[in-house]
Amino acid sequence: MRYLWFSLLLLPLLLSPFPFYLTLLNFFAIAALVALSLYVLTGLGGMTSFAQAAFMGMGAYATALLTVKGGYSPWLGLLLGLGLALVLALVLGGLTVRLKGHFLPLSTIAWQVALYILAGNLVGLTGGHTGLTDLPPLVLFGLPLDSAFRYAFLSLFLLALLVLALHNLRESRLGRALLALRGDALAAASFGVDPAALRLKAFLLSGFLAGLAGFLYAHFLRFVNPTPFSLEASIKYLVMAVAGGVGAIPGVLLGAALFTGLEDWLKDLLPLLLGRQGNYETIAYGLILAAILILAPRGLWPLLARYLPRREGRLPREAPLSERPLLGGEGQVVLEAQGLRKAFGGLLAVNGVSLGLRRGEILALIGPNGAGKTTVFNLITGAIPPDAGEVRLLGRPITGLPPHRIHPLGLARTFQHPHLFPELSVLENAALGTYARTRAGFLQVLLGLHRKEEARALATAYRALKRVGLESLALEKAERLPAGQQRLLEIARALASGASVLLLDEPGAGLRAGEKRELAHLLKSLAREGYSILIVDHDMDLIMGLADRVVVMNYGEKIAEGTPKEVQKNPLVRAAYLGEVA
Amino acid sequence: MDATILGLLLLDALQNGVVYGLLALALVLVFAVTRVILVPIGELLMFAPLSLVWLQGGKLPGTLWLALALGLLWALLSRGRGSLWPLGLGALLFLLALLGLKLPLLAYPAAVLLVVYLGLATYRVFFQPMREATVLAYLIMAVGLHVAYQGLGLVFFGPEQYRPAPLLSGEVTVGLSWQGVLVLLFALSAVVALYLFFRFSLFGKALLAAAENRLGARLLGIRPEEAGMVAFAIASFLAAVSGLLLAPLINAAYFMGFMLGLKGFVAAILGGLSSYPVAFLGALLVGLFESFTSFYASAYKEALVFLLLVPALFFQSLKARAVEE
Amino acid sequence: MKRWLLAGLFLALSALAQGALKVGVVVSATGPAASLGIPERNTMLLIQEILERTGGVAGRKVQFTILDDASDTTQAVRNTRRLVEEGVVAIIGTTTTPASLGMIPVVAEAKVPMISLAASKDIIYPVDAQRYWVFKTPQTEELMARAIVADMVARGVKTVGYIGFNDAYGEGWARFFEAELKAKGLQLVVSERYNRTDTSVTGQVLRILARRPEAVLIGASGTPAVLPQRTLRERGYGGLIYQTHGVANPDFLRVGGKDVEGTLLPAGPILVAEQLPSGYPSKRVALDYIQRYEAKYGIGSYSTFGAHAWDAWLILRPALERALKKADPDKDLAAFRAALRDEIEATRGLVATHGVFTFSKEDHLGLRFEDSAVMVQVERGRWKLVRTFR
Repeated sequence: MRYLWFSLLLLPLLLSPFPFYLTLLNFFAIAALVALSLYVLTGLGGMTSFAQAAFMGMGAYATALLTVKGGYSPWLGLLLGLGLALVLALVLGGLTVRLKGHFLPLSTIAWQVALYILAGNLVGLTGGHTGLTDLPPLVLFGLPLDSAFRYAFLSLFLLALLVLALHNLRESRLGRALLALRGDALAAASFGVDPAALRLKAFLLSGFLAGLAGFLYAHFLRFVNPTPFSLEASIKYLVMAVAGGVGAIPGVLLGAALFTGLEDWLKDLLPLLLGRQGNYETIAYGLILAAILILAPRGLWPLLARYLPRREGRLPREAPLSERPLLGGEGQVVLEAQGLRKAFGGLLAVNGVSLGLRRGEILALIGPNGAGKTTVFNLITGAIPPDAGEVRLLGRPITGLPPHRIHPLGLARTFQHPHLFPELSVLENAALGTYARTRAGFLQVLLGLHRKEEARALATAYRALKRVGLESLALEKAERLPAGQQRLLEIARALASGASVLLLDEPGAGLRAGEKRELAHLLKSLAREGYSILIVDHDMDLIMGLADRVVVMNYGEKIAEGTPKEVQKNPLVRAAYLGEVA
Repeated sequence: MDATILGLLLLDALQNGVVYGLLALALVLVFAVTRVILVPIGELLMFAPLSLVWLQGGKLPGTLWLALALGLLWALLSRGRGSLWPLGLGALLFLLALLGLKLPLLAYPAAVLLVVYLGLATYRVFFQPMREATVLAYLIMAVGLHVAYQGLGLVFFGPEQYRPAPLLSGEVTVGLSWQGVLVLLFALSAVVALYLFFRFSLFGKALLAAAENRLGARLLGIRPEEAGMVAFAIASFLAAVSGLLLAPLINAAYFMGFMLGLKGFVAAILGGLSSYPVAFLGALLVGLFESFTSFYASAYKEALVFLLLVPALFFQSLKARAVEE
Repeated sequence: MKRWLLAGLFLALSALAQGALKVGVVVSATGPAASLGIPERNTMLLIQEILERTGGVAGRKVQFTILDDASDTTQAVRNTRRLVEEGVVAIIGTTTTPASLGMIPVVAEAKVPMISLAASKDIIYPVDAQRYWVFKTPQTEELMARAIVADMVARGVKTVGYIGFNDAYGEGWARFFEAELKAKGLQLVVSERYNRTDTSVTGQVLRILARRPEAVLIGASGTPAVLPQRTLRERGYGGLIYQTHGVANPDFLRVGGKDVEGTLLPAGPILVAEQLPSGYPSKRVALDYIQRYEAKYGIGSYSTFGAHAWDAWLILRPALERALKKADPDKDLAAFRAALRDEIEATRGLVATHGVFTFSKEDHLGLRFEDSAVMVQVERGRWKLVRTFR
């Protein structure tokens, strides 16, 4: 199916009697590349950039300078252009990927404007606004690509190739991780995704694609000046991607095609309609963008995609990834917390709490609301760093490490409200758990060399689904699952990761009685196999029937510990739950 | 660089800085209450003096029709009693504009009301329907509107510059005209007024509450939509009056708003998009930086102003956590 | 879809108008250069009207296709490709220098003659394989800089300051102005830049004042040129202020008001056509153009920029007539275009509104300094001729 994109190469042949449309075709291909860069950055990574045109400019100016001023080969210009785009992305990204949501786009606006101004002012270097002319045409196999017809083959070929590569990206551990990161950074980190690092890599890839587009632009037009690399241009590309549907590859391509054609058409039509000369298409862009954001916020493609035949997914058939041995020897303490302390401003949420979890045991952490249970949870899993105290996993200190560093050591958690990714299938959600067990990097994924590992990861996820009884729903979208099954999916995800220590935050919340029984049954059998489970919950019946030992907290301190029966009889516990009644 | 030059540069910095400051305040206010980054504020800024010039020249400006058209949409979108506001205000605006054609003094309030009405209608028609959208979606919408309004500005007013007569002519001292003093006074009173409003009035506090916690505010009877309207109204008012006061000093043209808005926005960012005093100080800083770089390295002035953002963002990034909650 | 409509229309029209001559026009009718491009476009429309009344050229109808490039190079290049594909015999345009430069490779590749309406010398110099196809009608900044410096020398100015746009126009001016100053032994003591969109240039002006030049040249165009001048005067600058020919339009006077009183600027002779001494070559042609333009567009509406387009047609028309004797566009378009180019280059002593054009193999500008520049001063809100160079 995806190889069908190469049929784009037929277009130059079809359009050859119309040289003007061949020119448009090239502009489409170049715009589509920039739109793809936005697919990676925004569609997958959830980061918006108003600086894609600046990356294009890097690619374009690098090759222009090398070929016009230095007389070097354009292919060297390509190398330099891509290199510079990557450096820019590294610097830009390094500074801003850590920022909260909207600071990233704002800073890209600043960079974009600054670079545009520099391009216009460093006259000695860039020729200023007059620009650099007479770039040599690209020569491929001895044939100069100096006509729109010939160039279209190159630009469309590269486009199809990159579409293929990005399909690979989407269907890989990195694609899943990016989508997860976009929705919920904490959940992603809890499965080994290093948010800043992954975001930065996405930024680099996006800059690379835009830089490549800039290179193609330069050798097509054979003239470079700052205007096509301005903030207005960046906005135009963003509009293309968003209007078409930035979440899907066909969406961004649709957007690019639509606006490239529309631009020309509007320039002709609007003055006729309005009866006078003018640059009215910017008004149209703005209004179209506004209309799309209100009426079709996810772009046009999702509207069209409904009418297309759905691709049936395949269930994985390969062998799963190699087993990870469960941690700890018989009866050994696998997870230990000592003297944990955390204050939020003036509020002391956790004060000197210690607990130990043995292999194969189910330990419950209970207490009234506000007792500090979830905070302890977060301290152990690395979501927040403790002010004092230690956490050890199999004797190894993990205090204060971020979640994505703790998880690969064998610890997995679930969340109070299921942190699943609704647009991914159940299988893909579970497969996110395998992130830390798989290795493929961006290069391997883009080149498609990760298939074997990917298939095995999916198989592992499938097996985890079987373990919790969800395999029949593997190909459904996760958003269609009811609450109980969402919990099971979270547990499947944790199992897929091969972690042996499971921390479950209120797994029973929102479940019906029958579902709770199933859950308890599952957890007991997991414990028998050797998994070590720490649960935080409110439901007494569930806890008492399930837990081997219970730790009770109140007002940030541990007030009791023991078997369920012991704890039930403890007067301090009763006072905590029922009030200070004798 | 002697004392006179230093003095003149400082005055220039002050004059520019307070305009950026007013814009920054407006931007922070709108963002705090509605999560919208009001990119089109520059266009609103410019529409006021340009509409004024048109009215003074005896012609109804295109912005009037734009405002009324959006106002009509506003009325259609709010059913029943809700449409009284847009219709009533729209009628008042139209009347004022017609009168402004004849009586030059009325052209000023007409221009201000036009921009405020336009701002309100913009919120109601474009942003309010985007309920619970992400900050990003709002930003993209704002950018789209900026592009559309700027294009419309070209259609309505043409590419050239215009110079409305200053309200007060002449100079106080070398480097500072009376008009400039007016700008400073307005800025000062606006800052004080906003401070008092937020600190002491119930509605002001309600506005802040709505910004902190929409659900909580709603439970207390504060409607987010109303809060949004008020925020946009205040912001448009600030933009309109600043534009009217500033235009005689700079020669207004349809494209100028964007750069001014962008610099106000740099200032707002310096304040983390949340703190009013820091944003205003940031604006003065931007004005200062701009004044001095235009003296020493005029060609790179703009680039340097934007690169100012880099340390600001770097500083913010050091404070941010590696993993968001 | 629209394409088919247009194509159909063209077919229909051309069936009626046997062998119409198609001429392409690209101008910046919108965007920052609109104040130059709009009069150019208006002039072409005027010419079209005249041709319809008088029956075309050598019995053939002439069809202008006028496209707007919005002051953007990419758009200009796209428009050019499109015109070339539609079979135009020549292209007039475009308004701005960067866009014209961008068009050059396209017309050279397609072998279509082009007459540019933009200022920079880079457009036609040196006449290499590509510029072989390119001509232009406006005076270059080099020529106008010569006029300014000649005036400065005549007034005994020794030290000069410059403040100009941060873009192609300002850069080009800075470059040629400095070269001419050096050649004539004057000293450039300070050179500043500002943006078209700036609202304040206090810093730059203070720097200029600190150096105390006897004269300042403002390298800008349109109404943004007023800002530095006003700031200079407000800060008490008492020396001579020169502007470039880019301000020779009524909007500059309107926005500048009292602040631009006394400005000196070089201009094409047409700006002060009625004030030219009798016997000045361009006087009659210029007055004719002004009269026709004002008849259609209103008194006081003409501009020197529109006149560049008129000049382009004054050159193109006789070249077309001569070329039609040698080749037939319907039979062999390529040969006709080549013949047309040769005939344009063969233009000798053609009196136009901005001077007298004589092209040659090395000179595709064709203007002499003496006939194509005059010094003008703003006096009571009007242009006053103060010096000719004949």
